Amino acid sequence: MEKIVEVKNLHVTFSTYGGTIQAVRGVNFYVNKGETLAIVGESGCGKSVTSNAIMRLIPDPPGKITQGQVLFKGEDVTKFSEKKMRSIRGVDISMIFQDPMTALNPTLTIGSQLMEGLRQHQGISSARSKQKAIEMMELVGIPNPEERLKQYPHQFSGGMRQRIVIAIALICEPELLIADEPTTALDVTIQAQILELFEKIQEVTGVSIILITHDLGVVAKIADRIAVMYAGKIIETGTKRDIFYKGQHPYTKGLLKSVPRLDVKGAALTPIDGTPPDLFSPPAGCPFAPRCPYAMEVCNKIYPDTVQLSQSHEVNCWLQDERGKRLLATTTTKE
Amino acid sequence: MSQKVLSVEKLTKHFTLGKGRTLQAVNEVTFDIQKGETFGLVGESGCGKSTIGRTIMGLYEKTAGNVIYEGKNVHELGEKDQFQLRKQMQMIFQDPYASLNPRSTVREVISEPMEVHKLHKNKKEQLDDVYQLLEEVGLNRDHANRYPHEFSGGQRQRIGIARALALRPNFIIADEPISALDVSVQAQVVNLLKELQITKGLTFLFIAHDLSMVKQISDRIGVMYLGNMVELTTSDRLYENPLHPYTKALLSAIPIPDPDVEESRERIIVEGELPSPINPPSGCVFRTRCPFAMEICATRKPKWQEIEDNHYVACHLYSEEQEVNSSPKTIVNIR
Repeated sequence: MEKIVEVKNLHVTFSTYGGTIQAVRGVNFYVNKGETLAIVGESGCGKSVTSNAIMRLIPDPPGKITQGQVLFKGEDVTKFSEKKMRSIRGVDISMIFQDPMTALNPTLTIGSQLMEGLRQHQGISSARSKQKAIEMMELVGIPNPEERLKQYPHQFSGGMRQRIVIAIALICEPELLIADEPTTALDVTIQAQILELFEKIQEVTGVSIILITHDLGVVAKIADRIAVMYAGKIIETGTKRDIFYKGQHPYTKGLLKSVPRLDVKGAALTPIDGTPPDLFSPPAGCPFAPRCPYAMEVCNKIYPDTVQLSQSHEVNCWLQDERGKRLLATTTTKE
Repeated sequence: MSQKVLSVEKLTKHFTLGKGRTLQAVNEVTFDIQKGETFGLVGESGCGKSTIGRTIMGLYEKTAGNVIYEGKNVHELGEKDQFQLRKQMQMIFQDPYASLNPRSTVREVISEPMEVHKLHKNKKEQLDDVYQLLEEVGLNRDHANRYPHEFSGGQRQRIGIARALALRPNFIIADEPISALDVSVQAQVVNLLKELQITKGLTFLFIAHDLSMVKQISDRIGVMYLGNMVELTTSDRLYENPLHPYTKALLSAIPIPDPDVEESRERIIVEGELPSPINPPSGCVFRTRCPFAMEICATRKPKWQEIEDNHYVACHLYSEEQEVNSSPKTIVNIR
């Protein structure tokens, strides 16, 4: 399968008064054409920074991509000039942000915001771009598009604004869409509508999607593959079923056990004790070790290598590493 | 069941907006809370659930109806009695960042209510009490002299809980206490609340939009829509046998973190968006989005009635009068 984007050993840091935060610490993943990859993790794990780095939206200073490559259709985006980057943003790679209330310009009509990308990037005449804008609004399910083009963002509800944001992101027919918590600010019944819309647009346009979220329910519904992030690293990747049914990393398992399920009666929640580490001085070993019920001595000292569990499923955990398993055997016999 | 702690009788709260407009935040809501139970109040943003909590506390004046706490009408008490009542009813707020004064140490935050109510004879006694509360919520005495910014979100919410417990209340209103927290931390806080409920015999009103978490913690649940309570029953029955079309839609909109379940289940997508509470629909407020709306729904407000033991619903599909208007065939299981 063709890889649309491949991220290799990405490192991003931010300099602050308190020191340098190592927000992303060597992240590797790829997205195939037409699939949805979900990046899952808690706040501060680096999932948004990773997606912003793909778009080269890390403010420099204080932020910096210190190492690694972001290959978009084989070309390294991190090496592009700002001018070249501008011709890619919105055209080849588009982004949807969390808050539909602030993502739109309140002083411009919906129509002009929809057409801006077309005019800017593709030099299309105003009559044709208006036609295209109306088509997009129909695709994302906004009734009376012709009328509503003339209206301003405050005349739309939250759900409708998110539909408009999606329409703007898709109007230049990008190959990759990055959606950063696209439904977090919405009510559940509206979230359900927007998730259906994502499935529909992927079917219609064949766009690849990187979905950033903390909501495992949303992931179970629309992801194809999942990357689980913790403290600036991807600790496990696999297909949706690999992660939900065969997840091996103790963090992945802990995360799944800590969310309540509507369809399961009376099961107790098992929280993960403790909090994520400070990324000013990230630990040398596995960052989850201090919270991990299975941590061994080696976990605190050396970060585990990637272990390939199947063709689609990989994990960074000493418990899955042959060498780690030997250690485990010796410690248990001693006891 | 055991004794009633709180009865809310036909509680109505309208806000006057000027220009003769009124926002109908809560309309004739009726429910009881029994001693030692957790009553969950769910609904989407703007449904009036927080207004109910605040009106019960006496933070808002009611427009009509009654709130009876242990035989006393909350809104008709004199100032002195109100002051005493506050000792028994406390609140936990949503945002652990905004609800703690950044200039006060944890000790000051927790001891302020004790001082207001002159709970202790001397500072020593008070400090011991603060230490004890900190330990009860899973923090330790070293935390007493720190400031809120030194804590993570979950820890701050624990401080907020300790403050709510400072006066040894019997009844606690928790307004979205976990929605600002990460998933693994949410479970920690929910488990803490459950534990405190058992050890201290607390009664909870748990207000939240996340139905899966509410179901996890509540004994009974009331579902709100646009200022009206549409259904009330035990949390298991609400999931197994929801009656109101809105409850059914809400349940089906919540994604379940399990790919097999998620892909196989049928979903009812509610079309459209929430109408304005300034100008709510006539008759049943849900009729504009309801797939089963009939003629009567526009003309008459459905009665709040007990369909089976401990299962209340306000919907014309279940009232006897409607049989003339439509065939009972429309009552299919749409879950």
